[in-house]
Amino acid sequence: MAVTEQEILAGLGKIVNEITGIPASEVTPEKSFVDDLDIDSLSMVEIAVAAQDEFGAEIPDDQLKHLKTVKDVVNFIQN
Amino acid sequence: MSTNRVRVVVTGLGMTTPLGGDVASSWSALLDGRSGIRTLTDEWVDTVPVKFAGLAAVDPGEVLPRPEARRLDRYEQFALIAARQAWQDAGAPEIEPTRLGVVVGSGIGGINTILNAYDTYRDKGWNRLSPYTVPMLMPNGAAGWISIDLGARAGTHATVSACATGAESIGYAIEMIRSGRADVVVAGGSEAAIHPLNIASFAAMRAMSTRNDEPHRASRPFDKGRDGFVLGEGAGIVVLESEEHAKARGAKIYAVAAGVGITSDGHHISAPEPTGIGGKTAMLTAVADAGLSAADIRHVNAHATSTPVGDEIEARAIREALPGAPLVTSTKSMTGHLLGGAGGIESIFTILALSERLVPATANLDDPADGLDVDLVVGEPRKLPDGQLAAINNSFGFGGHNVAVAFTSA
Repeated sequence: MAVTEQEILAGLGKIVNEITGIPASEVTPEKSFVDDLDIDSLSMVEIAVAAQDEFGAEIPDDQLKHLKTVKDVVNFIQN
Repeated sequence: MSTNRVRVVVTGLGMTTPLGGDVASSWSALLDGRSGIRTLTDEWVDTVPVKFAGLAAVDPGEVLPRPEARRLDRYEQFALIAARQAWQDAGAPEIEPTRLGVVVGSGIGGINTILNAYDTYRDKGWNRLSPYTVPMLMPNGAAGWISIDLGARAGTHATVSACATGAESIGYAIEMIRSGRADVVVAGGSEAAIHPLNIASFAAMRAMSTRNDEPHRASRPFDKGRDGFVLGEGAGIVVLESEEHAKARGAKIYAVAAGVGITSDGHHISAPEPTGIGGKTAMLTAVADAGLSAADIRHVNAHATSTPVGDEIEARAIREALPGAPLVTSTKSMTGHLLGGAGGIESIFTILALSERLVPATANLDDPADGLDVDLVVGEPRKLPDGQLAAINNSFGFGGHNVAVAFTSA
């Protein structure tokens, strides 16, 4: 796919900001959604659905729970 | 009357109404006799017989940060806004979380969420639903969010008694403090029900005014020309506190939440019992609970919704219960009927009438119905005398709920 890691990261930052209010600049690869960004499980579902719309990559529920960090999600979408 | 019972005082007020986004603007609009009722411009108005309502003067989306607003139903948004105002107004008291309670209800709950979510489910499928759908639609959602916001752990409750909800919440909160379960309780009601299905459903009961050519004159409690209630939206929430706790921290005290009376008609699911005995007994119970005499009540903020039947029955109940010639008004003539929010905002208006010594006039009361025989405030606001004063807010609801809350001046 033509989408770069940087583009996914930027798109994800925008989605996280829209849903949680956390500044997109804080959505960096090493951050954990739960431990660092304090995002709860309901918001994670919203983020996953929005990411599917944005990037066309479906994130199944059984995969979502393994995606702990921003980098995990970026990698999942890229692959 | 027990002499050593805990006295409960009002230390904070918050509201968002069709008249204004806070207490000061809503109260000042009431005193000016302004109407918060407007013609609706939504496409769907062509499908319903009522084409106006009391939309909130300030849209909650302009007040709350977007990430917060998007996970709250509109009724929860109103409630959170009003609760935060009340909390700030009370001076954001330092309190042990286990001594802080919340009692905030809604007549209907998150009905906009329910209806919109059903459309999403039907048109796009289950996995497109917001994961916040359930917390947005549940009628205890507002109370839950407020308890999270304030860190309240003494118990969170959501009374549901249709248009008596806000007053019943305040009554329940008074009892929570008296019984020693909490020192401070945030209490009131909220509603956001301006949706074509609600309007159509109330219209199916023939309960709503259809004065489409004069929306601002449609809500006319006690007037001969009244033809039904006018739907409004918003929330009214107070901070109640034990007098001891309030005085210890030097809080500003608006009034004493002195007594509550609750009865049920046991008669009809929506029509008031014709003799008004339920409302009358609620008022007398509130008076006794407050340790007052019936003649002490100098002002009543009536439930009076502008329906042909209800207003006259309530006037009779007031006349029979309260011999002290109280000044009677219905602020619904300007706000419309906020259903579950009504008892919240109208309790606040009652408290302000006591603290400001001023009773707002009932708007649109051009030609009072025959034989009401109560002292209706018409035209201009009327002054209340100096000295110790007592007043009652009445709130009655479908289901036969009658709630009267008695307040006395601080």
